[in-house]
Amino acid sequence: MKRLAIVLSGLLLAATAAHAQEVPTLPFKADIGNQASLQRGARDFMAYCSGCHSLKYLRYNRMGQDLGISDELLKKNLILGAAKVGDPIATAMPAQSVDWFGRVPPDLSLETKAKGADWVYSYLMSFYLDGTRPLGVNNPYLPGVSMPAVLGELQGWQEMEAPAKGEGGEAAPHFKLVQPGTLSPEEYRDFVGDLTNFMVYASEPTAFERLGLGWKVLAYLFLLLILTYLLKKEFWRDIH
Amino acid sequence: MAIIPNPHKTTGLLGWIDDRFPLTKLWKDHLAEYYAPKNFNFWYFFGSLALLVLVNQLLTGIFLTMNYKPGADTAFDSVQYIMRDVPYGWLIRYLHATGATAFFVVVYAHMFRGIMYGSHRKPRELIWVFGALIYLCLMAEAFCGYVLPWGNMSYWGAEVIISLFGTVPYIGDALQTWIQGDFSPADATLNRLFSMHVIALPFVLVGLVAAHIIALHEVGSNNPDGVEIKKKKDPVTHIPLDGIPFHPYYTVKDLVGVAGFLIIFAAVILFAPEGGGMVLEKPNFIPANPQVTPDEITPAWYFGVFYAMLRGVPSMFNSQFPGVVVMFAAVLILFFLPWLDRSPVKSIRYKGTLSKIALVLFAADFVMLNYLGMNKPDPTRTLLARIGTVVYFGFFISLWLIPKFEKTKPEPERVTE
Repeated sequence: MKRLAIVLSGLLLAATAAHAQEVPTLPFKADIGNQASLQRGARDFMAYCSGCHSLKYLRYNRMGQDLGISDELLKKNLILGAAKVGDPIATAMPAQSVDWFGRVPPDLSLETKAKGADWVYSYLMSFYLDGTRPLGVNNPYLPGVSMPAVLGELQGWQEMEAPAKGEGGEAAPHFKLVQPGTLSPEEYRDFVGDLTNFMVYASEPTAFERLGLGWKVLAYLFLLLILTYLLKKEFWRDIH
Repeated sequence: MAIIPNPHKTTGLLGWIDDRFPLTKLWKDHLAEYYAPKNFNFWYFFGSLALLVLVNQLLTGIFLTMNYKPGADTAFDSVQYIMRDVPYGWLIRYLHATGATAFFVVVYAHMFRGIMYGSHRKPRELIWVFGALIYLCLMAEAFCGYVLPWGNMSYWGAEVIISLFGTVPYIGDALQTWIQGDFSPADATLNRLFSMHVIALPFVLVGLVAAHIIALHEVGSNNPDGVEIKKKKDPVTHIPLDGIPFHPYYTVKDLVGVAGFLIIFAAVILFAPEGGGMVLEKPNFIPANPQVTPDEITPAWYFGVFYAMLRGVPSMFNSQFPGVVVMFAAVLILFFLPWLDRSPVKSIRYKGTLSKIALVLFAADFVMLNYLGMNKPDPTRTLLARIGTVVYFGFFISLWLIPKFEKTKPEPERVTE
């Protein structure tokens, strides 16, 4: 029967294999332990994204506490308009913006959970020139994208070399920079990395606490397992 | 037979209680003097684990309900409120969400154990039937709970599942509207599913679990050898020779199982609470949107088998109803298992090779169908789903057919090991 148990557990593991995404994403590894990266990401989010996108489930001072930013600094540098430190991170974008972009810019509180951090990273890396689109740009990760290439001045402008094909196994789309931006490609990669990292944090601010508890809880449970095993052995000594 | 108050003749405060309420009797009948076979193996951990998970779901559910706001406009926001602003709300929610997955893991293992060792056979048919009812109730409970966060997968999952009722000939449309309380899943639907999830179904579930355990303790536990320990009793004490008191022997043994289970459970909750999209699906982090269908509507992993059958069965007369019938039949056939199984021996240990192959094939088939249900269909997969469906039902028929010619090994007089 032991063999049967092993076969079954093996089959169960095989069933968990996820299916491939349409366009392969660039590799991205979030590191919410890197506070400097999160702070840079927060700054850049406020500067480049928050004009259109809210983080309605995150409050300014919650972010401040988690990222080590004082209320004074929040008020001075990050809070735009008349918002108070306890307010959620809203946007000034009115509902009529649907007429400007074809849709209201979505709230991004949970974007990295809904699409995956690697998708967000790849998306921000992959705006390319496409004369057929009204805004002149397109994105292989969201074809027919309605967002303008807000980060174009930083990244520069690129053309897609080989159009990405769907179905797994193929490489991520390839781009050629035709007009350099104010950041070098390396600097831009780090910029997008910090931004994505911040969005990963914003999607679950309690993750610090969760991960902090992790090993402590497991260490306790392993101790419990040993103790209960010894207890069981002691009680069962007279059973043959 | 009249009820004799205080049969154990206790005195003092306990005696005062026992004269009025069978406290000592219950303790002895169900724990201290409930004799269980001494040869339980790994597979026997899952019953107590199912009870543990049930308690986890009830307790975390109480705290979630304190902060969750049912309603199409409030549900999604209130879940994020729990995740971010309620102290340890994230832990309570992850315990509950991962608990649902854990519930099905332990229940599937528990059911497989029963099939493997013949725990459904006479005189334990009602234990099995109560168990199958628990499983049915659990599926309904899980579905209702899945809808409550009102993410986009919740919405479209509700749409798909409730539309199954819409396939019933003649009355389908009216039935679907009646269940939904609207023409598509909406605020009214969410509120009634909330009511079912927190009141009606848990109430039935707990009652069924009590019936399951009472029936078990009436006839006594089966064991990996499938032999009755009550046949060989000590002539003086009348205690089964191979029986040991559930308490303390199995209470301490089950504690080891609990610790082992909690290690895996805590590891998922604290390090991978979305379970790679199996516990919390990506599209469910987007609020319900009737205009935008997720790329792929897949059910929760524990419904994969039934979803594969639903998709695999070809539609007839422009209706998906045959698939719905097959899917429900796959659950209903479980209720007939005790009477379909005709083998002269209970445990797989004493059945022939063919029976063993059938059991392994059934388990593999279950896993395959689950995989197919969770992934995009293509012609090969649809064919596999059809073969898998035939194999699923074929297993139940094999339990009836194989004993007609298969030679079994002799059962031992007493339990082995």
